[in-house]
Amino acid sequence: MATFSGTDISCIRGGRLVFDGLGFSVSSGGAMLLTGPNGSGKSTLLRLMAGLIPPTGGDLCWDGVSVDEDPEDHRARLHYLAHAEAVKPPLTVAEDLAFWQALNGSDKPVAAAVDAMGLETQSALPGRYLSAGQRRRLALARLLVSEADLWLLDEPSVGLDTASLAKLRKAVSDHRAKGGMVVAATHVDLGLDGAETLSIDQFAVDPALLPAM
Amino acid sequence: MGRGFLAMLGRDLRLAYRQGSDVVLALAFFIIAASLFPLGVGPDPQVLAGLAAGVIWVLALLSVMLSLDRLFQSDYDDGALELMALSPVPMTVLVLAKSLAHWLTTGVPLLVLAPVIGVLLNMPADGYLPMIVGLAIGTPTLSLIGAIGAALVLGARRANLLTALLVLPLYIPVLIFGVTAVDAALAGLPVRPHLLLMAAILAAALPLAPWAAAAAIRTSFQ
Repeated sequence: MATFSGTDISCIRGGRLVFDGLGFSVSSGGAMLLTGPNGSGKSTLLRLMAGLIPPTGGDLCWDGVSVDEDPEDHRARLHYLAHAEAVKPPLTVAEDLAFWQALNGSDKPVAAAVDAMGLETQSALPGRYLSAGQRRRLALARLLVSEADLWLLDEPSVGLDTASLAKLRKAVSDHRAKGGMVVAATHVDLGLDGAETLSIDQFAVDPALLPAM
Repeated sequence: MGRGFLAMLGRDLRLAYRQGSDVVLALAFFIIAASLFPLGVGPDPQVLAGLAAGVIWVLALLSVMLSLDRLFQSDYDDGALELMALSPVPMTVLVLAKSLAHWLTTGVPLLVLAPVIGVLLNMPADGYLPMIVGLAIGTPTLSLIGAIGAALVLGARRANLLTALLVLPLYIPVLIFGVTAVDAALAGLPVRPHLLLMAAILAAALPLAPWAAAAAIRTSFQ
């Protein structure tokens, strides 16, 4: 049973204090839903959890140990799904997945990930011929070839149709059933049963209350 | 870690092969720019023979520099670089793999083309061997140092011009020893010291450049 938690996290972006005093905790099998209006810092928090940007203050801990102590370990247990899909026009779907599988040091079969996201017929198709929804499904399939415990999903459902959304829901619930954790920023129902909701708004800082800088 | 290195190398080589035009453009630049010299300085074989080594080396630097944006820029633009930085493979290893792929698709073709340019510019026969060996030791250094420059300009506007300003001064030692190796051979002096100095620069760049480039890449995400 692992726990990923953050205490008293603050973050300054572009000279603006985005949030302050933010705390959260997710355990194996758990899920957390990030809510808040556009620009409230959902993506910033996800990037911060991934270790792409350092928090201005506060601590991110895995099982009580600060993630700064071993950043490589932390990277090995997370997979971050960003807005950008990183689809290479010349690479086929299968080649793309095989590359990320190798890079993540995982042994999860590529074919299973392709099936789970309904990309069977596109498997040998170069990235340049994929539609927006297919590109998104390829990005989602990368989650399934990584052995990461923690999924950080930034608007994972953008561009997905109903059938694909159902596949995403199934992937998320399977992952949780196997003891994985999910942190997602989304405006649609991802079927995150029993998910905690973290409303970033409540940690937003009113500029009027800040001392003049 | 070895698996990640090979995967990265294989992917970049595959991308370079399928987007062949990028590689061909740098090489075409090398040939066309070299063929401008006889037009500019006149067709006198003696004059051209004196210039040959310098021209080949300067153009090799420029060709490598022009192809540097292939290293990280497109991966940065489409988000792949972020995902790579989040993979368990250390970024320094990935930078090393990317630099090696860059060298195999830029430095090695230059190595093959350089003798042709040598003939075009009437280079004396004694100069070929030191030039080839020099390029073989020097061009990996150019790719490695170039990786630092390419990583530093990520996210900047007019990145190409900025890369040139950052990288060309760092290329000067390689250029000097590369050209003096050929000159020494033509003057009947020992070539070895020059090549050894180039090897020393490569030995220093091999661990330092990936480390510096990886640090620059991490900063680019903030």
